[in-house]
Amino acid sequence: MTAPFPFSAIVGQDEMKRAMILTAIDPTIGGVLVFGDRGTGKSTAVRGLAALLPPIMAIPGCPVNSARMADVPDWATVPKAAPTETPTPVIDLPLGATEDRVVGALDIEKALTRGEKAFEAGLLARANRGYLYIDEVNLLEDHIVDLLLDVAQSGENVVEREGLSIRHPARFVLVGSGNPEEGELRPQLLDRFGLSVDVASPTDIDTRIEVITRRDAFERNRKTFMATWAKEDAKIRDQILAARDLLPKVKTPKDVLRRCAELCIALGSDGLRGELTLLKTGRALAAWRGDTKLADRHLREIAPSALRHRLRRDPLDEAGSGTRVQRLVEEVIPA
Amino acid sequence: MTHAPVGPDPDLWGNAQLALHLLSIDPAGLGGIWLRARSGPVRDRWMAALDTLPAPHAKLHPTISDDQLFGGLDLSATLATGAQVRSTGLIDRAPTLILTMAERTEPGLVARLSQVMDRHEHSLIALDEGTGDEALAPAMAARLAFHLDLEGIPFGATTSAKPADTHTGSAAIPAQAIDLITRMAAQFGIDDPRAILFTLNAARAHAVLHGRREADEADLHIAAQLVLAPRATQLPATEDDAQDTSEPPPSEDTPSENAAQGDDMRLPDELLLEAIKAAIPPDLLARLAARKAARSAKGAGSGAKRTGNRRGRPLPPRAGRMDGRARLDLVATLRAAAPWQPMRRHLNPTDQRVQVRPSDLRLKRYQEQSDRLLVFTVDASGSAALARLAEAKGAVELLLAEAYARRDHVALVAFRGDGADVLLPPTRSLVQTKRRLAALPGGGGTPLASGIEVASQLALQAKSKGLTPSIVLLTDGRANIARDGSAGRAQAAQDANSAAMAAFAAGLDALVIDMGTRPERALRTLAEVMGAPYVPLPRADAAKLSKAVTGALG
Repeated sequence: MTAPFPFSAIVGQDEMKRAMILTAIDPTIGGVLVFGDRGTGKSTAVRGLAALLPPIMAIPGCPVNSARMADVPDWATVPKAAPTETPTPVIDLPLGATEDRVVGALDIEKALTRGEKAFEAGLLARANRGYLYIDEVNLLEDHIVDLLLDVAQSGENVVEREGLSIRHPARFVLVGSGNPEEGELRPQLLDRFGLSVDVASPTDIDTRIEVITRRDAFERNRKTFMATWAKEDAKIRDQILAARDLLPKVKTPKDVLRRCAELCIALGSDGLRGELTLLKTGRALAAWRGDTKLADRHLREIAPSALRHRLRRDPLDEAGSGTRVQRLVEEVIPA
Repeated sequence: MTHAPVGPDPDLWGNAQLALHLLSIDPAGLGGIWLRARSGPVRDRWMAALDTLPAPHAKLHPTISDDQLFGGLDLSATLATGAQVRSTGLIDRAPTLILTMAERTEPGLVARLSQVMDRHEHSLIALDEGTGDEALAPAMAARLAFHLDLEGIPFGATTSAKPADTHTGSAAIPAQAIDLITRMAAQFGIDDPRAILFTLNAARAHAVLHGRREADEADLHIAAQLVLAPRATQLPATEDDAQDTSEPPPSEDTPSENAAQGDDMRLPDELLLEAIKAAIPPDLLARLAARKAARSAKGAGSGAKRTGNRRGRPLPPRAGRMDGRARLDLVATLRAAAPWQPMRRHLNPTDQRVQVRPSDLRLKRYQEQSDRLLVFTVDASGSAALARLAEAKGAVELLLAEAYARRDHVALVAFRGDGADVLLPPTRSLVQTKRRLAALPGGGGTPLASGIEVASQLALQAKSKGLTPSIVLLTDGRANIARDGSAGRAQAAQDANSAAMAAFAAGLDALVIDMGTRPERALRTLAEVMGAPYVPLPRADAAKLSKAVTGALG
């Protein structure tokens, strides 16, 4: 696997980059959905993010990346060891993945050779405490989507099959990308994503030239390019860590909370997940900016990402949900 | 590669060969070639030169399984050794992939291959034999540098491939080239940055081919012609368009000539612009527009699949006997047998292989789920347009919104003038449907018979693909164009009647909506013939109509 394109070297696409950083600060926000044209750096950003994330402490060999020996599930045979620093897992869920690969299944090798009923962990286990990335998420087979829906919600993978009865934690940030022209996403899955971002090709010629120059430099002279941008990446990483420390200290004034609710009522979004995401994302943004109090300006900034996909969809509205949210935000939270 | 600069026809065969040469110089950086050609001697001759690409080559077909592609459990080896043996896939073994029948590639495979291509370790030749609307998926095409079309090259114009001399190394590109090519791409309406990177890489490869250390103007010319021209979605706005078509374009010089004169390193954009323009086939834009629309409609997500694959959602395998029809779920069978192995071996110590008993057999099961398809058949004739075409459009939009909620597929057929057209093949993209509908003009006669026929054909096709179609016919019922295109009310009405009868005989569900100013008796009769509920379009109450449709179709 070659080194991915550095996250900090991605030109523009600020909304997408911000959304990904915010989920790194507070993973409970619940994932990012990136929808947009081909060649806008969707996949690049996700793969770049992996290299950017601060490492986690995990027991070596643990299938679910447990932080402490006590958390290692009893079905896994892991030699006693102290937790070591490992990169945050970013697991790719390929479109063709079978159910067995995703949730885990009976370990055939052990079963055939030793007659043991052992569990072979799947992708969901490996993604625990990290990211699960699905490219072309709108083309994912329905039955895999069903599996994901449940696990993404509960943070726990329950396997009841082939005489196995196993549960293990599967808390991950779901990152999906896709091109809406190729198919729609089921509303249920849409709702599981905390943030949703639309990306488009840059229209300004200088930005495009910059994109090409950097990409070309990356392909031609990878080492030098990586060295140049490693510093920038490190800066973002430090800022993420600082924001994580600050996050519990961010205060939420009553009136801002009220405005969250007002905004969601005005939009007529289904359920309360909208408010919760808005609140969490707002706080993460405040922490990212180094503020200790959630304010209206934070809400204004992230409301489109947090709410755009929660509107009762009018499939024929060509203006796009983002514009509708923007309009209402202007009304509810005047600058 | 020299040819008389008579017409605007660029040297197609020369370019096709050149593209292959360039690809063999930088296989990973250029991604590959999308070759649109029917199989035949011309394509064979072109393919003969493929061995310049890094070996081994692997042939893929559109229905290739993931096991073959990426590797998977090798069952026979696993059973023989008792340990899990994984086979390596074609992807790991072959740096050069040849995708045959590329136009048939399913969205799932396209996505997986695209991921493979993004690693920049493979080059792919997509052989597309599609005719008309069938074409390689856009996601795949975007990752291949060269788009070639061998159609229309006579065999006599081809030359057998020269034995390729090996060229290695890399060339630099002038600093302003990035700037220039990016501007060019923008002028031709090319948004994807990959196209620009491919152009730069192609220019480098071309420079290497000619033994230059730095790519010059000629290299950029050729690269832009090969990579950018086929991707153009618009022509740049220039004043001297008229002059351009009459004069032979200035790009007709061969690379060697150009190299001789290209000693100054300034890059005149005008020249490059003309070069790309010259390489764009004259009818490309029209073709492109049509193809683009059809393609994005066809890539309708995971919903639209063929019967063979449309097995619905897999259910857990179940114990059972092989009756010749059911498919064995081998892995599940082994899983079922696995826990018993030590015991069975103990009972039968002479046989140390895996012992599978009939009770272990597990069969694959699928839950069939048929999606619904609504074929909207809209009368766009002059009489209807005068009456209530706009209202009917509004009604269809409401129905579409409902179709979205139920995740139905929709298709759009319009009839006017002397025939009917499928404006949109079955899709789930409602935005597409709405755009087509909004753009639908009104005027001309009412070829009701053709409308019903085309809609029936579409519905029957969909049925054979496992969908459950229903026809929603919106018309004012005043048929005045017969099936053969001639005018005449009597014949037209009779033809419409027989078309309706045929639809009924084929067992198609239908619904007739009268959008005339007054309810039309003849249309009610037609509805009865079709066995379809008849709903007069209620005045200014599209919501009521949508209710009526939901009620009628269930």
